[in-house]
Amino acid sequence: MTRDRASGDPAQPPRRVDRAGIVIAALLAAVAAVLVFDARGLQSTAMYGMGPEAMPVVVAIGLALLAIGNFVDALRGNLPARESTDPVPVVLILVGLALLIAIVGFGGGFILATSALFVTTSAAFGRRAILMDSIIALVMSILIYLAFDRLLTLSLPTGPLERLL
Amino acid sequence: MMDTFAALAHGMAVAIQPMNLLYAMIGVFLGTAVGVLPGIGPALTVALLLPVTYKLDPGGSLIMFAGIYYGGMYGGSTTAILINTPGESASMATALEGNKMAKAGRGGPALATSAIGSFVAGTIATIGLAFLAPWLVDFAVRFGPEDYFALMCVAFVTVSATFGDSPIRGLTSLFIGLTLGLVGIDKLTGQARLAFGVPELLDGVEVTTLAVGLFAVGEALYVASRRHHTEEKLEPVRGSLWMTKEDWKRSWKPWLRGTMFGFPIGALPAGGAEIPTFLSYSTEKRLTKHPEEFGKGAIEGVAGPEAANNASAAGTLVPLLTLGLPTSATAAMMLAGFQQYGLNPGPLLFAERPDLVWGLIASLFIANCMLLVLNLPLVGLWVRLLAIPQPWLYAGILVFATMGTIAAKPSVVELSMLSGFGVLGFLMRRFDFPIAPVVVGLILGPIAESQLRRALAISLGDPMTLLQSPISATLLAIALIALLAPFVLKGLGRFKANED
Repeated sequence: MTRDRASGDPAQPPRRVDRAGIVIAALLAAVAAVLVFDARGLQSTAMYGMGPEAMPVVVAIGLALLAIGNFVDALRGNLPARESTDPVPVVLILVGLALLIAIVGFGGGFILATSALFVTTSAAFGRRAILMDSIIALVMSILIYLAFDRLLTLSLPTGPLERLL
Repeated sequence: MMDTFAALAHGMAVAIQPMNLLYAMIGVFLGTAVGVLPGIGPALTVALLLPVTYKLDPGGSLIMFAGIYYGGMYGGSTTAILINTPGESASMATALEGNKMAKAGRGGPALATSAIGSFVAGTIATIGLAFLAPWLVDFAVRFGPEDYFALMCVAFVTVSATFGDSPIRGLTSLFIGLTLGLVGIDKLTGQARLAFGVPELLDGVEVTTLAVGLFAVGEALYVASRRHHTEEKLEPVRGSLWMTKEDWKRSWKPWLRGTMFGFPIGALPAGGAEIPTFLSYSTEKRLTKHPEEFGKGAIEGVAGPEAANNASAAGTLVPLLTLGLPTSATAAMMLAGFQQYGLNPGPLLFAERPDLVWGLIASLFIANCMLLVLNLPLVGLWVRLLAIPQPWLYAGILVFATMGTIAAKPSVVELSMLSGFGVLGFLMRRFDFPIAPVVVGLILGPIAESQLRRALAISLGDPMTLLQSPISATLLAIALIALLAPFVLKGLGRFKANED
């Protein structure tokens, strides 16, 4: 990912402690700890060589070293400059994904679930014509459903709308 | 030598069966159509189209895959030329000159030289693949488990540390992938690792879920978050589509040189097509008779890198097919395609299913020819695809991306993982961590672990077995050098900077 690094307006001046970098280092260390904790519950049944617990410990050591490396980079402010971001569209898309998961989870079916995701994503990219987009989404997901269900005989989750087709 | 011809002829016979030709055609068409969408590179194209092949037999599906692979590559360069949005870093050189050509009203010749160059490079590189593969297979059958483990160490290091911007961030990505690869039931002892009592996690992390989450969902989130920064402009294709005599004269040498860069570098487990494309670009810039045109739309700057890109794509199939070693995100997705049928690429597959392997290689030739015939006449259709408004485009991409997961495993856990990987992909893009090493780590991590454990079980637990095999010792030394080189070079650079 090297795109547009030079042209971006840096979120903060370089050569300063990068807080996000420190959070990343802390997360890596936390994952390493989880790995070691999980590996302690495994029984080594191998007579010779490595048991199932060896590899997680090796990966955990690697992650711990990388946490230190990332921490040093963050302290030196060595992270590449970042552009400002707009959180609203990101949240909108995540809401769409949450809706999709909820609708599939509660048996609302494929068509409603993907339509919800389509409309929220479209709104995240600046569209405000929600009614129009809903119609497009419904038509599109019905066509996809029919293509997958009838032509490729893949089973997609069914809900009230799918049973009508 | 004769064996190769016989095998290839047999593969051709498999590939030109009408049904298989149809699969190749559908693959090329779908691959181009998806690959042409801005922000979608070949790896994501393959990942998104994987569910389409679920119900086919392995032979047909792999042939369709060959088409999708080359189609996705071609679609990516069309996007790079017409809207300057390289879907992947390997198309960046193309975007540099190609987009300038399109702005100057020479979009047609730019697309043509890229299509014909891809064809030339793809054909030469596929011939290279056909001749190199049996030779490597002969060599690889002698590999013991310790040698395989050492080979994977080389791949881990080169993919993540050696050629990236920052070895630390590259290795961090790799270790995220290795961690995800640990999830699930340990194959040797049947114990669950990192499953936290969630039954869906016992099968491990699905490669397609990870790839689609990181690439598709992550990219959509990233583009949405910085929508206020960029405005994409589609260049209309004006004037003649065809290349003039002068264009041909200036293109053929770059095509061949690009192939010479692309194939060997792709075939070595050196990771990715960025290096050969940039090598080719700088070489053409040095050798050209029209240096004043570089940066303003020089046809050599499109012809060379495009050939290098395609040749290296065929090159990465060499370690993938002969050793089961994916060295790029796209190759990792191809491996996932094999694995969905329980097939493991490697020397054994050449011996056991020659029809499948050689059918695939022959299909690469056919897909290449189809691309040449299909793409220039259909360029108007691809341009119309590019004109889809951004909101609908990304909404459609997300629907398609989640659909693959819904079709394979319609569970709340799997969809949540997809969304979680999307957030991870977004954060990795934002903080400039490379993505391909995560996918390679997930796929290769478990294989490397089982090879190491097998090697240690055979040696009764003596780790010196890794150094006693000459192949393994050499490969481990290469891995160590490749790991330390970027740090040492960086240190030297700093030393020099201090002296100035």
